[in-house]
Amino acid sequence: MLRFAFKRLVSLSLSLVVASVVIFLFVEVVPGDPAAYMLGMNATEETLAALRDQLGLSGTLVERYLSWVGGMLRGDFGTSYTYRTPVSEMIGERLWISLPLALYALTLSTLIAFPAGIWAASKRGSVADVSVMGLTQLGVAIPNFWFAMLMVLVFSINLRWFSAGGFAGWESGFLPAMKSLTLPAIALALPQASILARVMRSSLLDTLSEDFIRTARAKGLTKRQALWRHALRNALIPVLTIIGLQFSFLMAGAIIIENVFSLPGLGRMVFQAISARDLIVVESVVMLLVFAVIVVNFAVDIAYAAVDPRLRVRG
Amino acid sequence: MSLLEIEGLDLDIHGEAILKGVSLGVAPGQIVGVIGESGSGKSMTAFSVMQLLPDGAMCRGRVTLNGHEMLALSEQSLCRLRGNEVGMVFQEPMTALNPIQTIGAQVAETILIHEDVSRAEAMSRARGALERCELPEAKFPLSRYPHELSGGQRQRVVIAMAIALRPKLLIADEPTTALDVTTQAQILQLLRRLVDEDGMGLMLITHDLAVVADMAHEIVIMRHGEVVEAGPTARVFAEMRHPYTRALFEASGHQPERDETRRDVPLLQVREVVRDYALPRTRLFAPQEHFRAVNGVSFEIAKGESLGLVGESGCGKSTLTRAILGLEEVQSGQILLDGEPVFTGHRPNREVRRRMQVVFQDPFGSFNPRWKVGPLVTEPFHLLDDPPTGAARDAAIAEALESVGLSAEDRHKYIHEFSGGQRQRIAIARALIIKPELIILDEAVSALDVSIRAQILDLLADLSGRFGLTYLFISHDLSVVRTITDRVMVMQAGEIVEEGPTALVFDAPQHDYTKTLIAAAPVLPDRGAA
Repeated sequence: MLRFAFKRLVSLSLSLVVASVVIFLFVEVVPGDPAAYMLGMNATEETLAALRDQLGLSGTLVERYLSWVGGMLRGDFGTSYTYRTPVSEMIGERLWISLPLALYALTLSTLIAFPAGIWAASKRGSVADVSVMGLTQLGVAIPNFWFAMLMVLVFSINLRWFSAGGFAGWESGFLPAMKSLTLPAIALALPQASILARVMRSSLLDTLSEDFIRTARAKGLTKRQALWRHALRNALIPVLTIIGLQFSFLMAGAIIIENVFSLPGLGRMVFQAISARDLIVVESVVMLLVFAVIVVNFAVDIAYAAVDPRLRVRG
Repeated sequence: MSLLEIEGLDLDIHGEAILKGVSLGVAPGQIVGVIGESGSGKSMTAFSVMQLLPDGAMCRGRVTLNGHEMLALSEQSLCRLRGNEVGMVFQEPMTALNPIQTIGAQVAETILIHEDVSRAEAMSRARGALERCELPEAKFPLSRYPHELSGGQRQRVVIAMAIALRPKLLIADEPTTALDVTTQAQILQLLRRLVDEDGMGLMLITHDLAVVADMAHEIVIMRHGEVVEAGPTARVFAEMRHPYTRALFEASGHQPERDETRRDVPLLQVREVVRDYALPRTRLFAPQEHFRAVNGVSFEIAKGESLGLVGESGCGKSTLTRAILGLEEVQSGQILLDGEPVFTGHRPNREVRRRMQVVFQDPFGSFNPRWKVGPLVTEPFHLLDDPPTGAARDAAIAEALESVGLSAEDRHKYIHEFSGGQRQRIAIARALIIKPELIILDEAVSALDVSIRAQILDLLADLSGRFGLTYLFISHDLSVVRTITDRVMVMQAGEIVEEGPTALVFDAPQHDYTKTLIAAAPVLPDRGAA
């Protein structure tokens, strides 16, 4: 198991190196000189050169790559072209919204999906199964921004339980901060939970028709015991895959929901940085997201191996 | 009093009658063989005893197990009996165990479910059950996972699970069908020993008459959900009152009539063939290790000859087949068809490929279910430079289907509309359509019921006479190889250990391994002699 984890860790580091090179080159080939963009039409050649120096845009390709990567390893992501503030600070602030929001949504989605999927599978063909399947169909089909606006109407405007948008800030305390993330998290979790519940159900149904479930029943286990002791863990592999993908999506893909609730998250920041050609911010956030995706995949791989002993030998 | 008593059992599944008035009994210490072909209802009889039937099943009649009326009991009471008073062993050991739990946990579970004992005690009793099934602690600690065991070893674990609480009755549903002959013999012997030691009853379900012939005290023969004949083994074999019993017996030992003309011109020549597989590296810069699946194999097949290749799983038969078909390159040696190499450079030689075809074992898995029979049968046309089209193509399909006893109109049907035997005929038609000279039959009749198998063997013998076909007949089933081949080769661990005329090898085997194989194969008693 340790050996397996070590092998995965090596491949994780290699992926990060490759990703950083690709992102760096991609941003390099994008046309447009940020210095010229910032100083406007009338800048002299000298002021441009000075600004490029200051922004770390001079030197050879390799030098610039190494200084970028070296900076990131020290926690220095450079300075935003448009805001003139350190990128690390900008990311830091927003990460403290996006990361808790993603985790919150993922927790909700798992808490809804697991019981719903297991319940539907254990009562296949019953009213319970049909209703869960119908509801999840609806959950996948409803656009989450529309659902978000609906929730704002009901819970913020009519019932006044939650504020309609904005973030209370962690300094106001854990509960108020979580409260302001609740509606966005529900809006994000709904379609995810629907997909996850369907995957859980079908994976569990596949597993329940396996021969070893029949063996378990022949030993004297009830249907329920066979499901909990033998089927569930075997059915987890596809579910873990989906959870991994969903987390990666939630980190960066919450732009629309962040806009609906005016949350200053990572998604909104990337969107603004791209429009302002603030490449250093784009580069850093994309690198951070790639890092998150790769780490999540690593965690999912480890979880696979924890679930299934057959996967521990390979690596 | 009998241990298990089934009286007038009817079973309907979604309104369709599966069992009709089945009656049979098993006494303590008695082995009852239940024999029938697929669809005869033998497995469903077993599941009726366990009351583990699919949704929509309706039982009528009486099933009494050790005084319990199984059909009247609540699910809760049934769960208390299953695993405790009645254990069950299944056909497919590869999938019968939970892949992510250790064998110790799975055997111990039987005990933990039924008795209020500590986990440690359950584990130590699980150890005992595994020992009884000849899985010693040194080689098979409780912490082993199923994927670390072979098929035969997994079947022993399943048996250990079933007998852990020393049930009164053990039901074994085709327990050895998926296993090699020598493993089959060992598992049967294990079952017999457990019956003797514990005095439990054994209901042994099988399609193979020979398996029960020297083991069962009583035999029950089933067909279309009914018992057609039942009685003490010796009497059933001696009398064979029901015509179906006779038909089954004859089909099991069926000898197709073969045209034994052959020319002494070699068609396929295999010379010193070696096939290595790279093993996964154990360390990052470790030297590449290889597993030699085929080690210096040489043989020839003459035109019109039928050559058998027998050996157990993992002996290299399938690897050799793939090499002959040009699907994989060999590391050294030569494979020539009529003097032409199968591989030219690193590419398969199409000229040679179109002169040979293969028929595989699984008549269910080897067809694309979304294609109609017409396109399926014409698949080998991609080997031709100028495949026939239009009327010529239709004529070729009709000819191929008719030559295997199907009708030309069958080409408009999908594969799921055919039975297993018909599918195997379609597989043969697919091989015949480009008029090959050599057909490799890779376990081509192993998945078929005995009566269907007899028909397919007749068909193969007939086709070989009509089209002058040459066969390489690969099988783990010695009795089949014996009936259809002129010469036979025995393969073990990548090497041919014995070769000779079929009758000679079977009657006077020279190599120890051949002797083991032949001794392990169950044989039918001679008619009336039992």
